Amino acid sequence: MATTEKQKSDVMLKYLRPQKSFPSVWCPGCGNGIVMGAFIRAVDKLGYTNDEVAMVSGIGCTSRMPVYLDFNSLHTAHGRALAFATGVKFAEPKMKVVVITGDGDALAIGGNHFIHACRRNIDITCILINNHTYGMTGGQGSPTTPADALSTTTPYGNVEKHFDPCDLAKSAGATYVARGTVYHYPQLEKIITAALEHKGFSLVEVIANCHTYYGRLNRKGDAPAMLEQFKENSITTGKAKNMEASELEGKFVIGKIHEDAVKSEFCDEYQKLVEVQKGK
Amino acid sequence: MSDANQDSQQAAPKKKNKHDFSENNLPLNINLSWCKACNICIALCPQQIFEPDRDGRPIQTRPADCTQCTICWVHCPDFCITSTVK
Ligand SMILES: Cc1ncc(C[n+]2csc(CCOP(=O)(O)OP(=O)(O)O)c2C)c(N)n1
Ligand code: SF4
Ligand code: SF4
Ligand code: SF4
Ligand SMILES: [Mg+2]
Repeated sequence: MATTEKQKSDVMLKYLRPQKSFPSVWCPGCGNGIVMGAFIRAVDKLGYTNDEVAMVSGIGCTSRMPVYLDFNSLHTAHGRALAFATGVKFAEPKMKVVVITGDGDALAIGGNHFIHACRRNIDITCILINNHTYGMTGGQGSPTTPADALSTTTPYGNVEKHFDPCDLAKSAGATYVARGTVYHYPQLEKIITAALEHKGFSLVEVIANCHTYYGRLNRKGDAPAMLEQFKENSITTGKAKNMEASELEGKFVIGKIHEDAVKSEFCDEYQKLVEVQKGK
Repeated sequence: MSDANQDSQQAAPKKKNKHDFSENNLPLNINLSWCKACNICIALCPQQIFEPDRDGRPIQTRPADCTQCTICWVHCPDFCITSTVK
């Protein structure tokens, strides 16, 4: 079907790479596409032009996102997105630098880069799509695979405990931390917008469906079924405040989890140092 | 549930709908060439506007009830759906 005039004026088409063929390589119903939509609408609402944004990723299904988007794009090595993004931000402090990463990319092979980007509080927005597995390589266990869950590397159930990426980011020094899901749409766009506007390291964790591997291995059904489960298993930060840890087991606490408007930002501090040294 | 109750439930969204959609004036443009038939729009639409075609792609079979709530197009992972009025 030919694209209609109305569709040509759609916000999505302003940011998709014209030379790429669509649809994407992602599986039918993959949550990555929903996050990409939310990200684009947030960027559009904030009025950033394509050239003002740099999008950096590593390797994984999630990490393919910059390939489709017409920003300054860097598709780097597995786990190294934040390291490359740190370099981009340092060289171009005015650039809006966004890292899009998966749970394996950010927290397994890239775990060290993750905690140190948080610690430095460098002004980068990190969108971490948590589908609880290594999607691209066929459903291996990741640092966010829940205890007892099945994966190709935990065929009898996972004996490890999982990371909570938001807790990890907060303790490591990130200054904006929020969690959403691909079901809770208006909130997802809202927290991505807030993260982009925040000065300092911001993390948005998005609970998303890899129904092809994680969903199939754990009998969670198809994409719509997994979206429904995210709805049923999510609790707002407001409600979670008055709940016991045991009640929150297996639930996704969604909304803004942490914000610190006081802590100084890495590039600013470096610039200050430069000025002081120049004055000597 | 009584018949009267059912009637009032069915009538309510129609009365509230400020749009006048019909088969000649559809609420949505759907780019079927990008559609992967994931079923998300069909399953999530609160008004049950869609039915799947034989390939599983959405057909607007009950357009009149569309409230332009945005749910289908913001959840479409392949950006196939746009509003005809927004
Ligand atoms: C150095 C290196 N080690 C391992 C791999 C294989 N590999 C590719 S993607 C991936 C995991 C991706 O998982 P995640 O970041 O969660 O992304 P998803 O596919 O789930 O979106 C791995 C281990 C690689 N490409 N490079
Ligand atoms: S394998 Fe999983 S994460 Fe990768 S495209 Fe398919 S559904 Fe998405
Ligand atoms: S806009 Fe809302 S009511 Fe209309 S088709 Fe989409 S989901 Fe259904
Ligand atoms: S959500 Fe999009 S890709 Fe999925 S069936 Fe509907 S139109 Fe097709
Ligand atoms: Mg993953």
